[in-house]
Amino acid sequence: MSEMISVRIDDISCEVEKGTTILQACKSAGLRIPTLCYHPDLEVAGICRICVVEVEGMSGLQAACAFPIRQPITVRTNSPRIRRARRVNLDLILSEHYGDCYTCVRNGSCELQALAREYGVDRYRYPSTTAPKFRIDRSTAIVRDQNKCISCKRCIRTCIDLQQVSALETANRGHDVLIQTAFDKPISEVVCINCGQCINRCPTGALRSNMPNELLWHVIDDPEKHVIIQTAPSPRAAIGEEFGYEPGTSVTGKLNAALRRLGFDNVFDTNFAADLTIMEEGTELLTRLKKVLVDGDSSVRVPMFTSCSPGWVKYVEHYYPEYLDYLSTCKSPQQMFGALLKTYYAKKTGIDPEKMVVVALMPCVAKKFECNRPEMSDSGYKDVDFGLTTREMAVMIKEAGIHLKDMPDEDFDHPLGLGSGAGLIFGATGGVMEAAIRSVYEIVTGRPVPFKGLDVTPVRGMEGIRDAALTIENPLPEYQWLDGVTLKVAVAHGTANAKILMEKLKEGRLDYHFIEVMACPGGCLGGGGQPIPTSPEIRAARARAIYSEDHELTVRKSHENPEINQLYAEFLGKPLGQLSHKLLHTRYTPRGRFFTEGF
Amino acid sequence: MKNEKKKILFGEFVTGAALTRALEMGPEAVVTEVKASNLRGRGGAGFPTGLKWELTAKQESDEKFVICNADEGEPGTFKDRLLLMEQPEKVLEGMAIAGVAIGAKQGFIYLRGEYVYLKKELEEAISSMEDRGFLGSRINGGDFSFSVEIRLGAGAYVCGEEFALISSMNGYRGEPRNKPPYPSEAGYRDKPTVVNNVETLCYIPYIVTKGAQWFKEHGTRASTGTKLFSVSGDVKHPGVYELELGITVNQLLAEVGGEGAKSVQVGGASGLNVAEKDFDQPICFEGLPPGGSIIVFGHQRDMLHVLKNFMEFFVEESCGQCTPCREGNYRLLEGVRMLEKGECSVRYLKELEALCDVMKDSSKCGLGQTSPNAFLSIVENFKTEILYR
Ligand SMILES: Cc1cc2nc3c(=O)[nH]c(=O)nc-3n(C[C@H](O)[C@H](O)[C@H](O)COP(=O)(O)O)c2cc1C
Ligand code: SF4
Ligand code: SF4
Ligand code: SF4
Ligand code: SF4
Ligand code: FES
Repeated sequence: MSEMISVRIDDISCEVEKGTTILQACKSAGLRIPTLCYHPDLEVAGICRICVVEVEGMSGLQAACAFPIRQPITVRTNSPRIRRARRVNLDLILSEHYGDCYTCVRNGSCELQALAREYGVDRYRYPSTTAPKFRIDRSTAIVRDQNKCISCKRCIRTCIDLQQVSALETANRGHDVLIQTAFDKPISEVVCINCGQCINRCPTGALRSNMPNELLWHVIDDPEKHVIIQTAPSPRAAIGEEFGYEPGTSVTGKLNAALRRLGFDNVFDTNFAADLTIMEEGTELLTRLKKVLVDGDSSVRVPMFTSCSPGWVKYVEHYYPEYLDYLSTCKSPQQMFGALLKTYYAKKTGIDPEKMVVVALMPCVAKKFECNRPEMSDSGYKDVDFGLTTREMAVMIKEAGIHLKDMPDEDFDHPLGLGSGAGLIFGATGGVMEAAIRSVYEIVTGRPVPFKGLDVTPVRGMEGIRDAALTIENPLPEYQWLDGVTLKVAVAHGTANAKILMEKLKEGRLDYHFIEVMACPGGCLGGGGQPIPTSPEIRAARARAIYSEDHELTVRKSHENPEINQLYAEFLGKPLGQLSHKLLHTRYTPRGRFFTEGF
Repeated sequence: MKNEKKKILFGEFVTGAALTRALEMGPEAVVTEVKASNLRGRGGAGFPTGLKWELTAKQESDEKFVICNADEGEPGTFKDRLLLMEQPEKVLEGMAIAGVAIGAKQGFIYLRGEYVYLKKELEEAISSMEDRGFLGSRINGGDFSFSVEIRLGAGAYVCGEEFALISSMNGYRGEPRNKPPYPSEAGYRDKPTVVNNVETLCYIPYIVTKGAQWFKEHGTRASTGTKLFSVSGDVKHPGVYELELGITVNQLLAEVGGEGAKSVQVGGASGLNVAEKDFDQPICFEGLPPGGSIIVFGHQRDMLHVLKNFMEFFVEESCGQCTPCREGNYRLLEGVRMLEKGECSVRYLKELEALCDVMKDSSKCGLGQTSPNAFLSIVENFKTEILYR
């Protein structure tokens, strides 16, 4: 129990743990302090000076977000002096900001706009910026508009501290301060992994995803096109937030209905492809393990890392290109699905794959980059035509005048519309690992995993790195070679945590067989395309929604998904078979620290 | 030294004597003596040196550091340079005594980039003192060791701010950070660190050998000792002066041959502009804040032009982290340009004065907190000249 300190804030007296910031103390006392540069996921910067308060005995105003309480203090949060300082600092920011709200994606979800409203701003105090000064910088996934930037450095703190990518940095001094890429290169030509985490934490419209909405409307409105959407697990657990639901409300059925109303010809479940990924990746793992453990094949790499997070894949391509062999060769569920739709499904239904448009509704910004990778066309066509984020889809639904709350619950289309609970939990960090364990253990031993309710709890949670060990006993005859082997697995989310594992791997100190990495904190449910704001509490709520939905499903193991088994029987043959190899597996591109997007 | 009366800093000095005395006294007694002297930092903020040392001495840590702040970047100051050039051993001895007081074995001189030409001589002074057993390991044959390294600054004014300095020494962008924690708790390499100005450290050997009581005979009750002033501008005898704290502007002007001045900038760009009507004010911590730079303006000077120079300096030198300083200084400079063109209304000038108050009140570090001083005082002193051109 750490030391408690008594504080007086306005007319409230309370006790807080030593080291609590004034901002936290105010929050728990029910007082709202306006903030701009503060974000609950990030290191404190204390630079916008919007959150200033009076601390008795100190001459200047203090930034509440950056002031740790270490001795009893008296704080005032509302006085003419405080209101003036906040207002002037806000006005300084606004006058310098190219505030063209109605042409801005953050109109309505912008923290700067909200503050301006809160403070009743009705004019520019200082001569204002009326024309944009900066060129817009656009990659396939990310759009940077410096005209909207207020130099709060949340993006930098995200990219450097939280993700340890360092694609963004501070350039220049004083009034010329800019958020820049290395050597001011286009964002597409630097180490950016497209995770979009900076977008989620930017208070303004200075960072956004590259929206394909207009193009997408165009194909939806084209009667010649058969437009299919596959939806990932995380958007369902979050899109409700854009429509006034509490975080952690799953709206799967209503979303399906809305997507049909929007004009999609089929609505499929990416969880189906997640189950397929487990079949392929699980088989790949067993194959690798056998080669290493039985054949002593030193060319095979273990631990095997998951490859379904395109941000993580690009991170390895940039920072650890010599370790690409450790990645599973499996495509992500999104890409597997696309390849199957334009082959298997096209054949089955007679739809011309040329006229088929595959859209993926994803929590992820990096998926846009992924579907545009030149190698992702094994079906003979571009396997997935559009990666659309949760936020972008919310805009389309609103634009179509659809009230999500009023939608009936509808199912996915079948086949390819059934996903197991294992596929569903891909959305949370640890989910891929849990799904893999549920299936691999059972395939090897013939028995379900020894966890109550199939919940592999050791790999769950929000700890940055988690690990677990599972000893195989009495396996089925063909897996005798695994008898007594203790399988060691680890889970990491956020590339900063992945980096810790990679550094250990470099030093030869990484003693695992299988590792799940998701580039985004919290896993996909915290993806860069998810509703804004994000915080540890919001991500935890989304995770709860996903895990409770898993419990409600009848099929909760990938290898028991009947539609998967049908797919193998009708089309693919067996996991890691020839057709799987062609359609469902891929290769990677060593990029190094300075490399261009290449297309 | 223009004034012949050698007061403290350029008085008699025998290298090593004070350090030997400090080692005999022991850390606590040294801290007590420095506290008793009421010596306040000469780097700008005027924090009581003894208290700073006491706070750092109290911290439990395997390592502590002493940093001599020789970044001297305030426009119009060159007094630290003089000390480094002429009295390097005194600076080094002051650092070693700080080491004794707080329990540090390592010191750094953070030398302003432009002073790189002093580096060689300082290094020679360090090795010479090492050869004579006043620095290095087992000083005076006892248990105390103290070595000093020189680090070159990156040429930014803000790097003179103690945390920006530490941050740049730690290999990061030279930007101030939020306090608390203070350097005395988590400074260089996150270890307790004392940062002192060159001049502050130079008083230490005298306080140790001659005692706090003697030191307090100089200056005023609240501002003990003397102070070095770099005097420049419209005066007959520019240069570095050691003067008693508490001296009035008039007395100072008489000393340096600056009689009949229009105004005096006390404390450099971040200090106050003092007009003739206030020339009887004393320069000390309880009066006009005693920065090291005195710039004298004769009657021919255009004060708006003077102000513009200062504001250009701050716009250039703000690190750009925090809103009030990054945007505020820019707006003040913009306002000066409007004034030049006769485009600034009285109402907008009031708006800018309110902005100054907010900058002082809410900026993250001393730069933004003091940069409006020039604006406020020049506008106040010369409103008619400025508004009706
Ligand atoms: C913008 C800025 C620049 C500063 N530059 C210097 C400097 O060049 N030299 C210096 O000794 N202190 C400078 N300071 C003050 C230091 O932060 C610190 O207070 C001082 O070094 C402490 O030493 P003292 O207690 O001996 O004065 C500066 C402060 C600010 C805010
Ligand atoms: S960033 Fe915010 S304030 Fe600026 S234009 Fe966009 S919505 Fe408006
Ligand atoms: S998308 Fe991710 S990697 Fe790219 S700049 Fe943003 S935080 Fe950094
Ligand atoms: S891009 Fe956004 S997050 Fe980054 S500094 Fe600008 S406003 Fe802040
Ligand atoms: S006051 Fe100025 S120099 Fe200091 S932190 Fe703020 S922007 Fe940087
Ligand atoms: S929120 Fe505290 S300074 Fe920005």
